[in-house]
Amino acid sequence: MTAVADLMDYAEVIERYDPVLGLEVHVELNTNTKMFCGCPNVFGGEPNTHVCPTCLGLPGALPVLNGKGVESAIRIGLALNCEIARWCRFARKNYFYPDMPKNFQTSQYDEPIAFDGYLDVTLDDGEVVRVEIERAHMEEDTGKSLHVGGATGRIHGADYSLLDYNRAGVPLIEIVTKPIVGTGERAPEVARAYVNTLRDLLRALDVSDVRMDQGSLRCDANVSLMARGATEFGTRTETKNVNSLRSVERAVRYEMTRQGAVLAGGGTVTQETRHFQESDGTTSAGRTKETAEDYRYFPEPDLVPIAPSREWVDELRKTMPEKPADRRKRIQTEWNLTPEELRDLFNSGAVDLVEATVAAGAKPGEARGWWVNFLAQEANSRDVELTTLPITPAQVARVTELVASGELTNKLAREVVKGVLAGEGEPDDVVETRGLKVVSDDSALLAAVDEALAAQPDVADKIRGGKVQAAGAIVGAVMKATKGQADAKRVRELIIERVGA
Amino acid sequence: MPNISRAEVAHLAKLARLAVTDEELDVFAGQLDQILDSVAKVGEVASEDVPPTSHAVPLTNVFREDVERPGLTQQQALAGAPSAEEGRFRVPRILGEEQ
Amino acid sequence: MTELTRLTAAELAEKIHRREVSSVEVTQAHLDRIAQVDDLVHAFLHVDAEGALAAAKAVDEAPEPVSPLAGVPLALKDVLTTKGIPTTCGSRTLEGWIPPYDATVTRKLREAGVPILGKTNMDEFAMGSSTENSAFGPTHNPWDHARIPGGSGGGSSASVAAFEAPLAIGTDTGGSIRQPGAVTGTVGVKPTYGGVSRYGLVAFSSSLDQAGPCARTVLDAALLHEVVAGHDPMDSTSIDAPVPPVVAAAREGLRGDLAGVKVGVVTEFSGEGYQGGVLRSFEGAVAQLRELGAEVVEVSCPSFVYALPAYYLIAPSECSSNLARFDAMRYGLRVADDGEHSAEEVMSLTREAGFGPEVKRRIMLGTYALSSGYYDAYYGSAQKVRTLITRDFDTAFEKVDVLVSPTTPTTAFKIGERVDDPMAMYLSDICSIPANLAGNAAMSVPSGLSDEDGLPVGLQIMAPALADDRLYRVGAAYELARGDILGRLPELKGALA
Ligand SMILES: [Mg+2]
Ligand SMILES: [Zn+2]
Repeated sequence: MTAVADLMDYAEVIERYDPVLGLEVHVELNTNTKMFCGCPNVFGGEPNTHVCPTCLGLPGALPVLNGKGVESAIRIGLALNCEIARWCRFARKNYFYPDMPKNFQTSQYDEPIAFDGYLDVTLDDGEVVRVEIERAHMEEDTGKSLHVGGATGRIHGADYSLLDYNRAGVPLIEIVTKPIVGTGERAPEVARAYVNTLRDLLRALDVSDVRMDQGSLRCDANVSLMARGATEFGTRTETKNVNSLRSVERAVRYEMTRQGAVLAGGGTVTQETRHFQESDGTTSAGRTKETAEDYRYFPEPDLVPIAPSREWVDELRKTMPEKPADRRKRIQTEWNLTPEELRDLFNSGAVDLVEATVAAGAKPGEARGWWVNFLAQEANSRDVELTTLPITPAQVARVTELVASGELTNKLAREVVKGVLAGEGEPDDVVETRGLKVVSDDSALLAAVDEALAAQPDVADKIRGGKVQAAGAIVGAVMKATKGQADAKRVRELIIERVGA
Repeated sequence: MPNISRAEVAHLAKLARLAVTDEELDVFAGQLDQILDSVAKVGEVASEDVPPTSHAVPLTNVFREDVERPGLTQQQALAGAPSAEEGRFRVPRILGEEQ
Repeated sequence: MTELTRLTAAELAEKIHRREVSSVEVTQAHLDRIAQVDDLVHAFLHVDAEGALAAAKAVDEAPEPVSPLAGVPLALKDVLTTKGIPTTCGSRTLEGWIPPYDATVTRKLREAGVPILGKTNMDEFAMGSSTENSAFGPTHNPWDHARIPGGSGGGSSASVAAFEAPLAIGTDTGGSIRQPGAVTGTVGVKPTYGGVSRYGLVAFSSSLDQAGPCARTVLDAALLHEVVAGHDPMDSTSIDAPVPPVVAAAREGLRGDLAGVKVGVVTEFSGEGYQGGVLRSFEGAVAQLRELGAEVVEVSCPSFVYALPAYYLIAPSECSSNLARFDAMRYGLRVADDGEHSAEEVMSLTREAGFGPEVKRRIMLGTYALSSGYYDAYYGSAQKVRTLITRDFDTAFEKVDVLVSPTTPTTAFKIGERVDDPMAMYLSDICSIPANLAGNAAMSVPSGLSDEDGLPVGLQIMAPALADDRLYRVGAAYELARGDILGRLPELKGALA
């Protein structure tokens, strides 16, 4: 569609410019109902079945604020070390768009519920970067449009569009950072680590599903470059809806190299929104500042001000989860991890799952092994997030228990896990239905042993003669005969017993 | 004092999604100018020390329980739609970008 | 004309309760009156005979009356949603729209066994002071068909004045219940903001809109007030407090004694622009209040002169946002959907085609007042004036129980006289707007006929927020002393045909 942009070598960008980042993250809250009406807040559903006069913007309908949404907003604010407003209001952000039923978004403008906070973000090598938080405010999501005809569902060239307002009015918290400066070549990594840390924090708060793949966590990345030694920020672009951790890193990196080339070529960066292409990791131009709307914000007259009492805020402060940095330290110590292991664990996004698996009785090392290696690969190959794999920490813990008790070998354990993932039920059910139990019935094994010994009388003689290590060949034969379901150790014992050595 | 131009009226009409006619532009320019001239009077008393009032009721913290309420069926939702398809509102192609 | 339509709502309720007459008979009598005279008055946009009679029948069949107004029919302003009954707000934009839900006021009326005769005419989206801005033609003042019935709720007040309905519901954003009440010789009350739920009231200016009763007597208005008022969890600005005892207050007033009541005359509302007939009627009313035993003093509310300009910034600003939803996507009118025009173009063309000139003018004005660079000078300053007006009221109510003024500076003007002069039209609400900006309660009660033109004049009574009962006590006492007015209504031409 657009010509390939000139890109500057990344090393050169860093040599000549300082990148400045600004990240805006939209989080859908996991409340039971929408922000301003009693419609269910669930993902998907038959179109236009989770709607009412209020979220459809019917004439005469009015909003009433979901108290749980406010509570979640305050808890997010506190977790981000923000001040909580003593008094704030909603405002109307006025612009026309078909997916927005009232043609204004009920949002907060100059009076956010939480402001002036920070989040400490640990990079892969353990370096901690403090990201300052400008604000966290409450607002509502829009409906969804489906573009029909023209070029495969894209908005451009479509013949017409179909609108579903199930998502309209779903509670959103928008979290905006202050400009992140001084991160140099690590800027893309910082962007990714920030979103990752934020995601873990929100998950720990249990305020959102934080599913980037379903859009319950969405990131817009503002990027600008300033010449080394300059004191004023350069013109920024805002790359919209970067919807995976990897994409956040790629989008920032791409914009840095693109803007570097523009600036080095004597051009100026256009202040505009840009769209990220997952396929090739590039961004393309969207709306420019000149055509930006005048939102005509004003206080929402249909909602009264919010004045959270200090008692309430203090109550909510008691519900704060462990701080991410403290948690890292604790986990490293408790589970005795190397810095590399710790990094892999956190990058895998599996910390909560591993913790839950340990809590369900598994050993930390085994729990980690399952999630960070085997299950992470499974998730990867299915192109889904680890958290959405259809297996629970309790099920993983049960599998490790079966291995520890000798009822499963590691190889069989993987079969069991695959069975669980395939929807065959609990681990014990899979063992049962797939017949995966270690063959521990001596009589069945003895038959196999006798058969193997009879087939290789020379080997049997060697063993009888004291060459116990020769038993390996018989063990192998027995294992083969039992399709690997025998406990090798027991097989060896039975062989020796049988030859009377 | 305001002196609202035809171009400004055209810009307002665009913001407000009103496809006004040329004739209306002239009429509105004159009328808006007259009205704005008159209402600008509020500036005379709106000094720094006066706080604005956005709501006529002294209420705060009006919250709803996070409990589902019955809404509309798909059929009810779409009953007034100028056009509908596959359970959705059908609208002409959208040119602008999401905000 | 049947006798039944001449009775007050209180009398009708009594007769229905005693089973001297059925609600079906009463409702049918009003439907017949509508059929006789509404061609002339055009108070109704939609008559729901079937629904009204069904509701009346249910009342007649019920073992006990469900409310003090059970069985007494009513006309509802077409700005409140009615499930299954068209709701147009006097606009082409909503022509044919049938809401899938009831406004809280509608629900309360239905629950109280009040048959809804139909939906009344109004200025488009309640913007206007004459009902000439209705897309479906003007309503005519029953006192003189060539004149306006006031607005925006001209249909509601005219229906009551013309004996088409004993009661009606209006909405008042800057005077849209009181000013039509004044010019049609009927009672109109704007309750305290937050007193009556706005859920289902199609918003013009959210921070000002308030639904309230229209009636021929103060007691009737009180009875209706108690049916529709009260806390509603569906409206965040609804006040969670007991409804002021307005019926008891009206009955108290009907004892004809205002001893101990302090009345303040607002000095700002006289002089240029006020008809002599209106001012003399007002003076007569004040003298009558004194005779009833009230202590009358003059009170200055200096910020009230800024109320009109503040209103014409706040109301258009809020309306520019509230009316954005009429965009041809989900309901209502859609034009130019020919496969060629984009959604954006269809929106603009539909809004252009669907809205009348006054609505467009206010949307543009509000868009301007809110736009960046102008907000502080216009909308922001207007909100400050709002504070000053509230302070004036607070100071005044430290000294007096109620404030009084003319409701409107002139009697009903001729249809067509002010349509092309928005500023002249806006002056109709100069006295009524302060109560909307501050959120307090206010009433218009007829103060006789002007000695200049023989047309009705209204006395405005204003009370503090949540003290709506004071209006009813003073209004009822005054009404009793004043004597009947509607008995002097000229017979409607063709009405006895
Ligand atoms: Mg936002
Ligand atoms: Zn809803």
